[in-house]
Amino acid sequence: MIGRLLTAALLSGVSAGVAVSVVQEFTTAPIILHAEEYERLGASGHAALVWADDATGGRFHLAHDGEAHDGGGDAWAPEDGLERTVFTVMANIIAGVAYGALLIAAFHLRGAAVDGRTGLMWGVAGFVAFAVAPSLGLPPETPGAMAAELGARQLWWAFAAASTAAGLWLLLLAERRALNVLGVALIVLPHAVGAPYPGDIGGAAPPELAGRFVAASIATGLVFWSVLGWLGGRSYERFVLRPEAAGA
Amino acid sequence: MSDHVLKASIAAQTAAERALPVAVLALLGLFLLYGVGFAQPEALHNAAHDGRHAFAFPCH
Repeated sequence: MIGRLLTAALLSGVSAGVAVSVVQEFTTAPIILHAEEYERLGASGHAALVWADDATGGRFHLAHDGEAHDGGGDAWAPEDGLERTVFTVMANIIAGVAYGALLIAAFHLRGAAVDGRTGLMWGVAGFVAFAVAPSLGLPPETPGAMAAELGARQLWWAFAAASTAAGLWLLLLAERRALNVLGVALIVLPHAVGAPYPGDIGGAAPPELAGRFVAASIATGLVFWSVLGWLGGRSYERFVLRPEAAGA
Repeated sequence: MSDHVLKASIAAQTAAERALPVAVLALLGLFLLYGVGFAQPEALHNAAHDGRHAFAFPCH
């Protein structure tokens, strides 16, 4: 059973990772490269962009802080161009398999029939939990943007995703009214708690560019989750529910 | 296979029988998600950089 579940997760995850890589080339990737031009500009001649607010105790930093992707920093980084693209595609595929495994695990936990269409609906729920909800508190960051301390942001991101996923499950799948209500509460909770917020906001790239990046990231996320959901549903149906049809 | 038989084939497995594969798969997913989206080693961060930004993981 675990082998067939893994097959479904791998197949849908790798495919969705490759598909989102193609979409990113036209949506987020050009904006990231553009923002990094401003970032380098800021690092070289606009040191005033990096500052700390003693009054609020906030911690800000200019992302990258002058470290460039083309070998300017101490640590290894892929060379711009083909090498960088290859590593981005690999990262996307790993993210695809990660989300694919979680999605197939959710199908199996639910234990109901799934096909491409219902899979798509699960995918949209995944999009809400892992893209929309975290983005509401922590908008997708353009390189060079100021932000609160990383660990706190990561913690809130994971909290928002997990709470929203659990909340959607209870809201949409639980049969008792009280659990539906609890589901709504879990969806609202991360935003009532509030995401870590820098005392002041700003960044190297113009706000218009940052705005475009947020829209591009969220729209790209919807494409990814739709593809993953549909393929995940098809794969689960074929490899787990009807293994004899797949010759397994 | 009819929907009836299909449902029976899933329902035939108890929740406990499904729990182990669900847990294995979920842990694998979380492990990979941590590696690609959260882990801090500089080289790992740089390799996954554009993907992290595009997937809206907190970065830097």
